[in-house]
Amino acid sequence: MVKKPRQVMPQQDPKVRIFNFNEVPQGFTVEMAQQEADRCVQCAEPTCINGCPVNVDIPGFIKFIKESDYRKSIEYIKQFNILPAICGRVCPQETQCEKECILGRKGEPLAIGSLERFVADWERQNQMKACPECKPPNDIKVAIIGSGPAGLTCAADLAKEGYNVTIYEAFHKGGGVLVYGIPEFRLPKEIVKDEIETLEMLGVKIEYNKIIGKILTINDLREMGYKAFFIGVGAGLPIILNMPGLNLNGVLSANEFLTRANLMKAYLFPEYDTPIKIGRIITVIGGGNVALDSARVALRLGAEKVMVVYRRSETEMPARMEEYHHALEEGIQFQFLTNPIEIIGDGDSNVKELQVIKMELGEPDDSGRRRPIPIKNSEFYIPTDTVILAIGTNANPVLTKTIPELKLNKYGYIETNENGQTNIMDIFAGGDIVTGSATVISAMGAGRNAAIAIDKYLKENALK
Amino acid sequence: MPYKILRKNQLGNSGTLFEMVLDTPLIAKKAFAGNFVLIRIDETGERFPLTIADYNSEKGTITIVFQVVGKSTTHLSNLEEGQEILDVVGPLGNSIHIKKFQNPIIVIGGGVGIAPCFPQVKELKEAGNKVYSIIGAKTADLLFWKDKFAAISDKLIITTDDGSESIKGFVTDPLKEIISKEPISLVIAIGPLIMMKNVVRATNGKAELPFIETTVSLNTIMVDGTGMCGGCRFPTIDGNFHFACVDGPDVDGHTVDFDNLMKRSTRYIAQEKISMEKYVHQCEKIHNLK
Repeated sequence: MVKKPRQVMPQQDPKVRIFNFNEVPQGFTVEMAQQEADRCVQCAEPTCINGCPVNVDIPGFIKFIKESDYRKSIEYIKQFNILPAICGRVCPQETQCEKECILGRKGEPLAIGSLERFVADWERQNQMKACPECKPPNDIKVAIIGSGPAGLTCAADLAKEGYNVTIYEAFHKGGGVLVYGIPEFRLPKEIVKDEIETLEMLGVKIEYNKIIGKILTINDLREMGYKAFFIGVGAGLPIILNMPGLNLNGVLSANEFLTRANLMKAYLFPEYDTPIKIGRIITVIGGGNVALDSARVALRLGAEKVMVVYRRSETEMPARMEEYHHALEEGIQFQFLTNPIEIIGDGDSNVKELQVIKMELGEPDDSGRRRPIPIKNSEFYIPTDTVILAIGTNANPVLTKTIPELKLNKYGYIETNENGQTNIMDIFAGGDIVTGSATVISAMGAGRNAAIAIDKYLKENALK
Repeated sequence: MPYKILRKNQLGNSGTLFEMVLDTPLIAKKAFAGNFVLIRIDETGERFPLTIADYNSEKGTITIVFQVVGKSTTHLSNLEEGQEILDVVGPLGNSIHIKKFQNPIIVIGGGVGIAPCFPQVKELKEAGNKVYSIIGAKTADLLFWKDKFAAISDKLIITTDDGSESIKGFVTDPLKEIISKEPISLVIAIGPLIMMKNVVRATNGKAELPFIETTVSLNTIMVDGTGMCGGCRFPTIDGNFHFACVDGPDVDGHTVDFDNLMKRSTRYIAQEKISMEKYVHQCEKIHNLK
């Protein structure tokens, strides 16, 4: 038998896409989806499912694609995952389901993410929205704080169980990092909006512009009749390296840069009022997806040259391989094994250049990656107009400091048991505010776990 | 859910200062002196901070005061009573710490910064303090709320840069005079950066005047208002930095590096101009249709 090759989604030509914010991979055609689904051998004991943090029955939904019943396929996925159009795009499948795919042992694994995306897009394009069935309402109120991937998943699962769910969101749009962090060309905002509409079909209410801890406290919500809480507020506090020159004009966090560009649509300035300013040469510090997102946004905003400065080497880079390749195709330059020391100004409080030092890799550190060590006397200068810091985030204390009894770890993240329950019985938490920065799908997994635990807690307590 | 403008008044006689009372029951319940809100007028609008100038939890309202400077404030000034603002987020920032001080407190408001001083004076008085208010503006047309301040202050001093009303000069003139004569527990200054910088210079103990604890209110460029973007960070003279949104907006004035902050506040001047020109052009087109 001749092995069929793995289908690859067509992509926007780099020469074209660096001038627009449209999505880069264009999705499978029906024929491609069919051919790819046919590669699935429908293992009797599938391993791919274990690779998925929310345990989607992958062979199950692919079977329906084989049968060309896309409607059934998407309905089936949604029993496991309420956000398939998002996961099909931003999940690191290569380290999850596809890594476990049996086809990968002797050849290329099945393109599971692309297939998931295909049926989700098919549903949206054909306006055939499948809405999972809900149990009859039980009138028990649950509040979800934060509408990112953890909160959305938790809300959906609880709504399906019949709970009266309200999400409180700080911004004017739902999705958390999906709308403020991930750029349009990687995850179109229409898709996030559409997935949130599915939640509204389940009866979930979303209260926008409400920062819990400010406008309402957990105690206020208790008085309003909420019986359980899920905190999924993310890790929204940028780490800002306190190096000389930090406060020059032109130094900003990736959070600020991306929020301006994505949530506030500064890339459409002046049609949208929020300004963004980048200059000609942009330097991004960091090696994760956020760094690459920032670099690629900067390029599309008209930068002449974008350089990513990362203190370790290509191998240790936490960004997804796919994003790295896209960035390379687009002409983003990488300066590996290099660490910033000082940002130098032009004498008028604007950034002029970045002083950096070459690094070499030493012994492995706590993360298991080899620790970068500065090489003496290897300093050099990178001329730049803008410096974007994308070196991670910390826990944001705005909510947690208003719940003094809530147990936090020494870094300010919420401590929970394996079910997402905190030391306060009716408060559960999950996603980045518990684990620190991680992936969309792991946050969704945490939201799901917590939903199961909340259901159990409420059945044992509030229902009595 | 949009937020209704219940009342709109012009303040002073310049045509550039406005007061709006907004229907925001939940925010009004929590608002306190020192807090601010972030406003986004419509779908294409930017988020910008305005300090809460008054609040009434029973009526469910907050008052904002603003001066027309760029596109967003011009747009806001063109809205009328009964119209709506798309997003009002708050109350943000830390409330000021109110206690009974041993000696009198001087509260200084400059220009549009006069407005956010009002709740501070109100709450400090409520706590039994003796409060001297100094309010100043470039010219008499830009002064407002004189009666409101007179009613709650133990002393009210008014200055104008051009002498068109009361004392000719800057707010720092009466400040220096008072602190050279009588012990003062605290100085609070809200106004343009240059004014706050000069107030701090007068109270830092280096101007042959006594050192006095001084808080200033920072109204920086910001996006989210919850510490998430870091755009509002302000340098301190010890080489560190803080976020105006979550560490402020009221901060110890003696630690602020005002010179750097003044530079940072000009980051988007070119874009603000483009925005304004586009808006004026649109308004003209609409006007011509009528």
